[in-house]
Amino acid sequence: MTLLVLIITPFVLALVLAFIGDRRFAPEVNILGSFLTFMASVALALDVYRYGPIIAGGKFFFVDAFSVYLSVLTAFVSMTTAVFSRRYMQREREHGRVGHVHMRFYHAMFQMFTFAMLLCLLTNNIGVLWIAMELATLSTVLLVSLYRTPNAIEAAWKYFILCGVGIAQALFGTVLLYFAAEKIIGEGGEALLWTNLIEVSGRLEPTILSLAFVFLVVGYGTKVGLVPLHNWLPDAHSEGPTPISAVLSGLLLNVALYALVRCKVLVDGSTHTHYAGNIMMGFGIISILVASFSIFRQKDIKRMFSYSSIEHMGIATFAFGLGGSIATFGALLHMLMHSLTKSSIFFTVGHACQMHRTQEIAKIKGLFKGDSFVGWTLMLGAMAIAGMPPFGIFTSEFLIFTAAIKDVPLLTPFILIGLGVAFAGLLRKVQYMVSGDVPSYSKPLPAARTPVILHMVLVLILAFYMPNFLNKWFQTAVELLR
Amino acid sequence: MKLQLMAQVNSFMAALVLIAAFAMLAQRKIKSLVALFAWQGLFLSINTAVVGLVAAKHHLYISSLLTLSLKVILLPYILHVLVARLKIRNEIETIVNIPTTMLIGIAIVIFSYHLTAPVREMSTLITRSTLAVALASVMIGLLMMITRKHAVTQIIGFLAMENGLFFAATSATYGMPLVVELGVALDVLIAAFIFGIFFFQISTTFDSLNVEQMKNLREDN
Amino acid sequence: MKPLRYILIEILQVFIVIAVAPAFSGWVDMLKCWSQGRTSAGVLQPYRDIAKLFVKNVVLAHNASWIFRFTPYLVFGTCVVVGSVIPIISMNLFLASSADIIVLIAVFATARFFTALAGMDIGTAFGGMGSSREMMIASLTEPAILMAIFTVSLAGRSTSLLHIVHAFASGALGLRPSIVFASTAFILVVIAEAGRIPVDNPSTHLELTMIHEAMILEYSGRHLALIQWGSMIRFFLFVTLGIACFLPWGIAATDNAGEVAISVFLMVIKLGVIGVVLVLIETGLAKMRLFRLTEFLGAAFLMATLGVISSIILE
Repeated sequence: MTLLVLIITPFVLALVLAFIGDRRFAPEVNILGSFLTFMASVALALDVYRYGPIIAGGKFFFVDAFSVYLSVLTAFVSMTTAVFSRRYMQREREHGRVGHVHMRFYHAMFQMFTFAMLLCLLTNNIGVLWIAMELATLSTVLLVSLYRTPNAIEAAWKYFILCGVGIAQALFGTVLLYFAAEKIIGEGGEALLWTNLIEVSGRLEPTILSLAFVFLVVGYGTKVGLVPLHNWLPDAHSEGPTPISAVLSGLLLNVALYALVRCKVLVDGSTHTHYAGNIMMGFGIISILVASFSIFRQKDIKRMFSYSSIEHMGIATFAFGLGGSIATFGALLHMLMHSLTKSSIFFTVGHACQMHRTQEIAKIKGLFKGDSFVGWTLMLGAMAIAGMPPFGIFTSEFLIFTAAIKDVPLLTPFILIGLGVAFAGLLRKVQYMVSGDVPSYSKPLPAARTPVILHMVLVLILAFYMPNFLNKWFQTAVELLR
Repeated sequence: MKLQLMAQVNSFMAALVLIAAFAMLAQRKIKSLVALFAWQGLFLSINTAVVGLVAAKHHLYISSLLTLSLKVILLPYILHVLVARLKIRNEIETIVNIPTTMLIGIAIVIFSYHLTAPVREMSTLITRSTLAVALASVMIGLLMMITRKHAVTQIIGFLAMENGLFFAATSATYGMPLVVELGVALDVLIAAFIFGIFFFQISTTFDSLNVEQMKNLREDN
Repeated sequence: MKPLRYILIEILQVFIVIAVAPAFSGWVDMLKCWSQGRTSAGVLQPYRDIAKLFVKNVVLAHNASWIFRFTPYLVFGTCVVVGSVIPIISMNLFLASSADIIVLIAVFATARFFTALAGMDIGTAFGGMGSSREMMIASLTEPAILMAIFTVSLAGRSTSLLHIVHAFASGALGLRPSIVFASTAFILVVIAEAGRIPVDNPSTHLELTMIHEAMILEYSGRHLALIQWGSMIRFFLFVTLGIACFLPWGIAATDNAGEVAISVFLMVIKLGVIGVVLVLIETGLAKMRLFRLTEFLGAAFLMATLGVISSIILE
């Protein structure tokens, strides 16, 4: 029941918002609906916490610790983003960057995107998982081109084409997976159900699954933004509206990684080797290195942070690939921390950009003096994302690093180099932006503080104190992913 | 005997799908390209119906009808209208010249054949050998997207890939479950609307649909 | 099964090849005239042309070497040799066992090689140009035709033409995609090899477009007659080779006289139909620019290669 509420709310909301359009209360409806979704997700989480995994809707839905934790995260971040976007989009309207139609579209598609992601997480059918993933792309692609500038259209086109191509490979992988499963489970929808697949994973034909995984990793890896499939990501993040950057970075990448991890579990279960894990580790390392060096070269602030997203996704992918309880635990924690931190950074970056009417790093200055809240939260956010000790990302990176030293000591220098370079690159640029005098073209604007504070506090708290239920969730998820 | 004939029809349709893929790769005119895409869809649709007949899988008839209405009628029609509305010039430039693209295409077919070998060995379906062709048409669609600078050809390449995927599902497993087939079709339909909007956005912003102009967002600036 | 009969059939076939080839060219030309609304000169016109050339004197350039004089005989000779081994009217030819399909192509290539040399022998500009163009086309058609033939050999499990014809004429082959690919490629190649539109125009002497005509521009008298006759036979042989590979039904399998007669009759009908098809292709197309030829012949090669691949993949 809660599950149904959770999945239907965003969908209905999308329709309602499409109907409401650009009325004054549309943003509030958006927030309220998102809050409802969040509450439903928490209720669902409690159910799962109490009674264990849920299979519902004629086996169509399946919720376990792994997916419920990501659903709560998704619902939470989309709620805070809705809060943030109320002010932000209003101001974009005042600046004349978006019109009536665009606002209607924005709200409806925002909820559609949430719906698609929740469907990804909650469905039991890996075919439907694919469909929802494609739906998530399609619902955001026109949001990226919302401003109709040449750059925005180019970015959206790239996003559309590259992700379309990528996801097509994933469908081929899914077909192969179905082919292998059909032999054992029998024809029809049953053979695509995750719960059935995982039961028989040891009996699935290893050669077919290895082949399928190549396609799956290319497909879902494109969405995760793994180097060298990452080309669309910095463009889409930098040219779209900031709330969209926040959800793309904080949520879509996670969900894509979720899909990849699900597939990896199946494939490794079938091959009884570390084949899929090794592929993921390779992609992870390359992503960490390339992204961290790219951070240095960026001139656009949103682009810079999107490269940082690639880097962190690389870390999480690497950790999932590494496997083992510590690394997987670290990866789960890392996904959570990265989502919270990165979306809060995008919120503050959005404010900074609106204040200066530009996204160029060179032109953003004096945030400490201009708006100390934005300045400090940006600085703290950058420190958190770079992995400074008091924040949660330090904890997760530490865990992953420890596991890496134990299992693959030869790869650790590369991770360390990546982390170090990213750290230096981020802080150097952010420091430049927050310090100095306020430029003449900068205008102070009221900021939406609640979402930023909420995220930062969570990140800080979780670094010191891991609540018991979260711990248990993660432990269960780790067990599932072994 | 009937089964053998059906198997022959099946592989013949596979050959036609492959020819259509290559013809699209060689085609310079957008209108003919759209027509070829429709032909490919038609071959697929016939093939799906035939496989449905052989395997006695009734949901394949639905997939066949779906393909017919979506990929033979609706999408080509939308593309045709868009091409007419946007007054697209006839010839498209290619990045790599056509004979070279063809040779790459042949290499792709051989590669796909080797890649799908394990599936062929395991499968007992009469359609198993066409999986290589299906993968090849996916890859050729991809090749088309890479070697063309035009938005419309890129989209047709994308849709051709989608055709190949559908074909792959039919030949490897007698089609995916109906839920999935319907969902995929829905996604394609939404994608069709989105690229329609895109064509207008691109052509009003850049004055043409040549995607070569879209290179502001490069890392080397 | 007397060897004498073999030899008789063999002689009959060589005679038919030499005698009927101009008529086939005449037939195609006549159809073409009709399709364009012109009055035709009739099927027998090539014979008159050849006869006319034979009575004329041979004019040789001062610097013509032995190659120039030797080539017409070589061209004619190779055509007769090939004509004697392709199973046209019967499979029981005296020489048919030597009809390896790759050898046939090589024999044709030898004739082409000498024609190209002869084109350059005199040292005129046109001859050299024609030779270079001819060799360019050859470099594209020969891989294509070999590929097409490999497809057929894969189906017949042999490169011997006799085995292939046997396999095709007897077995129920049904709908084979590879054969469709290969035959399409073969038709394209025949068009190129025979120097017909859209590749070459046999009836033009416009210097920018001519290919085959440019090479033999210096020939006259009986030399020219032999070369022209030779190329008519070559055209005829390519068509019969196509028939042997792709439409072999009706070719006599025994040395029964009645069956041979039926076979001859069927052959005439097939040739007539193929002539119509060729003319339809020719009138439907415009002559291509020389540099587009790579695409045309590339398509032929592609088709042939797909034929080989699909016979492996799909069959």
